[in-house]
Amino acid sequence: MPERDLTHEPIGLPMQTTSDDVLIARIAGGDRLAMQVLFARHHVRVYRFVLRLVRNEATAEDLISDVFLDVWRQAGKFEGRSAVSTWMLSIARFKALSALRRRSEEELDDEMAERIEDHADDPETAMAKKDKGAVLRQCLAALSAEHREVIDLVYYHEKSVEEVAGIVGIPEATVKTRMFYARKKLSELVKEQGIDRGWP
Amino acid sequence: MNATKNEAPERDVEELLPWHAAGTLNRRDTQRVEQALAADPELARRYALVREELSETIRLNETLGAPSARALETLFAKIDAEPARRPAMSLNLGARVGRFFAGLTPRTLGWSASAAALAILLQAGLIAGIVLKENQPAGYETASAPSTAPGVGAFTLIRFAPQASFDDINKFLEANKLSIVAGPVAGGLYKVRVAETALPKDELRKIMKKLQQDKVVSFVVTTQ
Repeated sequence: MPERDLTHEPIGLPMQTTSDDVLIARIAGGDRLAMQVLFARHHVRVYRFVLRLVRNEATAEDLISDVFLDVWRQAGKFEGRSAVSTWMLSIARFKALSALRRRSEEELDDEMAERIEDHADDPETAMAKKDKGAVLRQCLAALSAEHREVIDLVYYHEKSVEEVAGIVGIPEATVKTRMFYARKKLSELVKEQGIDRGWP
Repeated sequence: MNATKNEAPERDVEELLPWHAAGTLNRRDTQRVEQALAADPELARRYALVREELSETIRLNETLGAPSARALETLFAKIDAEPARRPAMSLNLGARVGRFFAGLTPRTLGWSASAAALAILLQAGLIAGIVLKENQPAGYETASAPSTAPGVGAFTLIRFAPQASFDDINKFLEANKLSIVAGPVAGGLYKVRVAETALPKDELRKIMKKLQQDKVVSFVVTTQ
């Protein structure tokens, strides 16, 4: 397992959560420094979550400003029913989906086709196919937005079943099923690239 | 869980594998998955695939980089453009108190501490005064009692009849313009002022005779 970027985690541990709650209380009172601290602590993860959904760096960068502006505006309404990081990912998801809706479905389909074609024709990619990890990463990137989202929330953002359900707005049973089918699709894509994982 | 190599593992346990790998399952589900993994080699093989996915998902996300400083600048430009806010009322008392003290400069805090110490001293003085006053010999005064200095006037000692009610005694004192200044002392006697100035013995005797005739009085005697 690769080493993680320790400057931005662990976001889900109780100590950090308590600290985030204090920051949110200060932000509710108009404390700009607290806003800066919260931004420094979470902006990379929020950016990566948004970027994986919208697949455009400039858009993702614009969106995280909007996400944190919403945090600034709504801090007084935060009731602490979830971790601050979970709350922020919910806001980020809403912003990302709104941005995606502004792009036509046709545009997205073209983008997806280009992406897969590019990977297939690229000599470097062909070499990378020998590396199972590289193939997996390539296929993770080629998953649908719905499947990318659930995989990232579980594996990278370390969200529990309950937290994913809260962020995505679906029942917990659906979260488990969606994750299962996301993984299944991933294995199918990997198999198409010539690597049989023996599942499904 | 009795699955053999050729049987599919139980779906509900298999669905939990990603959260088990990420360490975000509760204790009960963790035990359930661990027991299943120990008993089912096929499930254990699939768990290895999950761990692979977890590792590559982290690796992929870590290669995504970070936003530029422009994101922070844009955010604070937007915050600056926001209307000034009033403190959120939904914050609990502790948070509001904490925020109040957090907003004070060290110098202000120093002055506040001095002022608080002074206030405590004043408060202590007031309390001490009240306690001392309360510890003085107990007295009883009607609302209309004159503010005569103690010891000035003509006095008697009166013992009220056991059957006399509080209301009867009040009416008796009011009708005769009397005020209780001390008591009860031994024998159930009350020191009562009958006049605001000293009276000749004859006059005092007449007053005592009159008081003695009232049904609420069982005994009356002169005193200084």
